[in-house]
Parts: sequence; structure tokens; C-alpha cells
Amino acid sequence: MSEKRHILSIQVDNEPGVLSRIVGLFSGRGYNIDSLNVAATNEPNISRITMVTTADTAIMEQIKKQLHKLINVVTVHDLTESDYVQRELALIKIHVKADNRGELINIVDIFRYKIVDVGPEHVTIEATATEEKLKAFIELVTPMGIKEIVRTGSIALYRGN
Amino acid sequence: MSAKELTGTKILMKVLKEEGVDTIFGYPGGAVIDIYDELARTEFKHILARHEQGAVHAADGFARASGRTGVCFATSGPGATNTVTGIATAYMDSIPMVIITGQVPTQLIGNDAFQEVDIVGITRPCTKHNYLVKDIESLERILREAFFLARSGRPGPVLVDIPKNIQVMKTKVNGPQDINMRTYKPTYKPNVKQLSRVAGLIKKAKRPLIFSGGGVVLSGASEALVQLARSTNTCVTSTLMGLGAFPGTDPLWLGMPGMHGTFRANMAISQCDLMLAIGVRFDDRVTGRTDDFAPNATIVQIDIDPTSIHKNIEVEVPIVGDCKIALEKLNDLLEKEPEPENAPDRSEWNHQVEAWKKTTPLAYDQKETIKPQYVIDTFFKMTKGEAIVTTEVGQNQMWAAQYYHFNRPHQFITSGGLGTMGFGLPAAIGAQMACPDKLVVDVAGDGSIQMNIQEMATAVEHNLPIKIIILNNRYLGMVRQWQDLFYDKCYSATTLDHNPDFVKLADAYGAKGLRATRPEEVEAVLKEGLETPGAVIMEFVVDREENVYPMVPAGKAITDMLLV
Ligand SMILES: Cc1ncc(C[n+]2csc(CCOP(=O)(O)OP(=O)(O)O)c2C)c(N)n1
Ligand SMILES: [Mg+2]
Repeated sequence: MSEKRHILSIQVDNEPGVLSRIVGLFSGRGYNIDSLNVAATNEPNISRITMVTTADTAIMEQIKKQLHKLINVVTVHDLTESDYVQRELALIKIHVKADNRGELINIVDIFRYKIVDVGPEHVTIEATATEEKLKAFIELVTPMGIKEIVRTGSIALYRGN
Repeated sequence: MSAKELTGTKILMKVLKEEGVDTIFGYPGGAVIDIYDELARTEFKHILARHEQGAVHAADGFARASGRTGVCFATSGPGATNTVTGIATAYMDSIPMVIITGQVPTQLIGNDAFQEVDIVGITRPCTKHNYLVKDIESLERILREAFFLARSGRPGPVLVDIPKNIQVMKTKVNGPQDINMRTYKPTYKPNVKQLSRVAGLIKKAKRPLIFSGGGVVLSGASEALVQLARSTNTCVTSTLMGLGAFPGTDPLWLGMPGMHGTFRANMAISQCDLMLAIGVRFDDRVTGRTDDFAPNATIVQIDIDPTSIHKNIEVEVPIVGDCKIALEKLNDLLEKEPEPENAPDRSEWNHQVEAWKKTTPLAYDQKETIKPQYVIDTFFKMTKGEAIVTTEVGQNQMWAAQYYHFNRPHQFITSGGLGTMGFGLPAAIGAQMACPDKLVVDVAGDGSIQMNIQEMATAVEHNLPIKIIILNNRYLGMVRQWQDLFYDKCYSATTLDHNPDFVKLADAYGAKGLRATRPEEVEAVLKEGLETPGAVIMEFVVDREENVYPMVPAGKAITDMLLV
């Protein structure tokens, strides 16, 4: 069976130890975690975990059922099963000199990202994008010299209701 | 402070009582000293084990024999870590249990305090759920949830870690309440449409087979299972965990399948056209090579845990629900289901099964040295199949499963999923506490019995008349068997030439010790041992290199059996 990427949206009780139960489930059973994002929601006591994982259909079914089985898990949705919007936020600090600063600013403009910090030898860019677009951007600026990069991992929601 | 406020330890005792607990197994220490102080003023029976692992296995044996929730106390740090094997054992076999551990005071947590260990972190993957109690206000709710979780849905152990300072804080209590956890709603009622499909499949099947497991015992579905098998004249095989739920002396009984299963059970699995898998999880010890497991069958699987379905084996008709409810409903549906016009002729299948039974039954050849099978066989006949049997792990366990025929659920108590050596003796103590009037016998190996031998003191202290049959082959026999068959007889680290004198050991603990070294002594030793009041160790010096057969080598198809 072929493996596919899945974006899981998991609502959990906002309690200490819950993340560890989820991560422990994945490590203990040998499932992949490609990226992971956790934060509070508008509902008190509920956090949302957005996780990207790669698995074949049978493993994916197990992952969902195993997650459900955890007492602190409220809902599990595989967003990739229907229409969803996905974004990731990255902060990218790029090495610049006077001679390529202009070029970088142009690229940032084209992508409609933001410059949030500038220094004599660096520019930090805030990029909110889909995975594919972010990948394209990173490839483009890599030759200039990326000093540091930090990414939130994917977050996503169903489209519509 | 109002008069109705109670301390943490009083709340604990109150909840235990309201949850129907009367027996507690445990071991004290600094972090539970307040709990033990309170316990001294209650009417609970407390069994002081001699090791926390023993306490947990005893609570487990109590739960398995009674169908109730086992309860165990242990202190923080080493007390808590000593419980882990016991908890993992119960978890693998879905046994309802609540483990209460003491923890260092909340203000010290995280500081590497004396006897501090993150037991909630350690037991996360081997409990159904666990809790660290952070404030006195949540204690009562957590304790009630712990019992609810332990015994509902697919049962399992739940650990509650209570810091020492919280044990002595006070708060108001609410009393028993319906527990409603929004994130935990096990599915008990099966889908009726799916069940009617199953009824149809049964009527049309030419070569049907029931394959039942521990879920049948846990849900109390034994009667419904017997009715299903008899009304449809379908033969039955059960996993190690399911033994007893279908009578082992019934003509429809095929014996256990899998690695050390009977020839006929494994053949029936490979040739059936309909498999009703009830309360099983298709463990690799049962399936062998999964590609070759029941290759000709439409598989129906009934289980309360959705993760058990499609995990190891793809099934055509998955049904999530309680085994008992599902089987009772299925029996109803079968009564109403019209006979199909050309009802299949099953005589060929029935003949085939009979033929398998006759050509390759379980067998042994009793010659000049005692055969371990002969001991179990004689023990079975002498006790008329009535004993509650616990086991250790290894060859002894397999011979007990093969040669003692169980007729009741809760009669066979063994560590199936984890295969924990040292389980049988403390489990026998728990079982005897649960069933004071029944004969409880631990079938042991000379290796395993030494893993929790200290519990002899517990048995003697409480006058528990448990009997221990040691099949002494002076080997870690099951490992030696693998070395014999698959490692050129290189008996690396499996020889036990320095065993203690088990008869003297029994004596040292204040129990009775007996030994048989020749076949003609077997009956007399069993008779005397079983009739002697109090705890007894019966040692049988058996044929050292006897192997358990049939055997399916790991990873092979279950029809690839080594027969002798
Ligand atoms: C705690 C533990 N350690 C190791 C094993 C591996 N193991 C399985 S069977 C066995 C041998 C058991 O020897 P004994 O109790 O003498 O039983 P026999 O097979 O000889 O009947 C061992 C070491 C185990 N199951 N459990
Ligand atoms: Mg042995």
C-alpha cells in the first residue's frame, strides 16, 4: 500500500501530559510525525493539535482509532479527506549584504511576505504560506544564505462549515 | 471548615467502599503511610505482599477470578516502579485494576526528591489511563473515573498517583455519581444490520468456525457463546485468554489454536469458509504468518475495541460492540432467520474435523521419567477439571493450557499478552482471596516460580491453601526448546543447575513440600498435596528435554506444525 501525507486535526483536553500521550502513542507504535503544532482554541479546556503524518491507508486507520482511544482526545479529523485550507508560518533570517538586499526585497514583495527585522548583515522575513509556496520560497533564497529558520508546522481547517 | 470535609485518605477509603472493594493488595512506604494509617481504621482486607510486583499480580489474579476490579497500593519511587511489570501484564490482557501510588508532596515534584519518580510518565503506555492528583478537589472525581475506566469498555489498569500532602488535605465529597466523560464513550451496542448479515452468513456457511478470545470472558458472554455454537452446531477454538469460556470437554471443542495449538484447531482455521472471531485481537502467537491465516474464510470480527479490528488481520464484517450483547442479539436473529432453501451440507466438514481429532490428538508417551504432560493430565483427572488454575510462563503454561480442560470462564488465569514469568504464584493468592472455597493451583516452572517465590510468605501468613505444581526440568524450558529446535541445541544461559531444594524451601516458608521423581509417585504426591490443608509445593522432577508440541515456528503459517 502506498503512503500518503495526512493532516490530522486533533482536539484534546487542555491538560498537562496530553501531548506526551499523543507523542508517546506515535513513537511507541512507530508512526511518523512530520510536523506538530499545538495551541489553545476558543473553547476553554480544549487545545488543538495539528499533525502532519505519512502513512498508508491501513496504518492511517489505526492511527485515527488509536488516537480516539486515548481518554483525553475529544475529536480526530483527517483534513486531507476533504476540502481544507492549510497554512504555515515561518520566520527566516537571511544573510544579506548591500549588493543583494534589493534583490531579496523584490522576492519578498512578489511572495507578499513581510520583512520584520533588518540589520547590517541580515533580514528576517515573516512568511505565511501553504507548504508548497513556502518550499518554493526557501529554495529561492537558499543561495543567499539562510542563517536561521523557524517554522510552526502546518495548521489547517476544513473549508466551509 | 465544615464538618463534612474529609481528608484525602478518608475520601480514598470512602470511594473504595462505594465501588464495592473489599480486598486490597499492597505494600507500604513513606508516601502512602497516611493511606495505611487510615486503612488500619477500616474493614478492608489488606494483603501485604512481599514485593509490589506480587501485590499487583495478586490484585490481577483477584480480578481475573472474580470478574471484579482489583485494587493495589504502593509507595512512591521504587514501590511504584516495582508495579510496572504487573501493570503491563494486566494491560496486555485487559484486566480491570486500579493502582494507587503515593507520590512526593506537590511542592517537591520535579526536584528529584527522595523516592520521587514520574510514575505517571512511566506507566502512560501500559495503563488504560492514569492520573496525577494535583489538588484535593479533584481527588474524588479522579478516583471514581479510575474505577469507571478500569471496568468499562475494554477493561484495563488505571493508575492514580496521589502526592503525600494531598492525602492529608481536606475537602467536601459529592458521593457516588453517574460518570459522564465526554471523551470516552465505548460502543456497547453492535450494529444490528451487520449482525443480521452474520446470521445469514452462518446459515449459508459450509465450513464455519468460532474463534473466541478473552473478550468473551471479560464481557460475560460465555453462555451466549455456548448457545451460538450448539444451536448452529459450529465447532469452537479459543485463544489462551479465552480458555474456559467454551467447555473444554464439549464435543464441539477443538482446543487452542496457534503456536502451540492443536492440529485440528489450526487445520480448521486454515480451511474454514466462515470465521466468527469474537473478542480476539489476532495476536501473532495465534495467527502465525498472517498471509496464510484463514485464507479461505469470510471473517466476522466482534470486539469492543475498534483498534483491535483490521489491526493484524483484514476482516470482511467488522462489528464494534460488547461481545455479550452482540452474541445474545445474534442468537435472537438466528432463531428468526429462515433456513436457506438449499441449506449447505456440513457433514463433510464435520467428518473432516472428527478425522483431524482422531489422527493427531495431543499425546505424550509416559516412560521411565515423569512426563510433564502426565502430571497435568493426572492433575486434571484428579480434580475433575474443577480447579482454578493459574500458571507461570513457558512450557509449564502451554502444558497446562493443553492438558487441563477448562469448563468455566475465570477458571484459567495466565499471563497471555505479556507472558510474565512470576505471575502465577501471586495471581493464585489473588484468586484464592476472590474464591476462598475453590481449589486454586499454580502450574509453575522451576525458573518462573523463583521470580516471585517470596509470595509464599504471603500465602502462609493468610492461610491460603494454594497448591503449587512445579514442573522441574532444571531448564528455562521454553527458551531451551527454541535453542533445541532453531539454535543447534546451544543451551546458552538456560540451564538451571542450581535450583533450591523446593521441598525445603516450602518448609522454610512454613508450607508443605512434596516431591515426585518417578512416574509411579505422581498420583500419590498429587493426592497428598491436594488434600493437605494450607499452602503446598509439589515438585515433579520431569523429563528434562521434553518439548511442547505441536509447535509452529515463529513467522510460519499455522499449518506448518512440528508435530513431535
Ligand atoms: C519476566 C520474564 N523474563 C523472561 C522471559 C522469557 N522466558 C519465556 S519462557 C522462559 C523459561 C521459563 O522457564 P521455567 O519457568 O522453568 O518454565 P519451563 O519453560 O521450563 O516450563 C523464559 C526465560 C519471560 N517470559 N518473562
Ligand atoms: Mg523449567
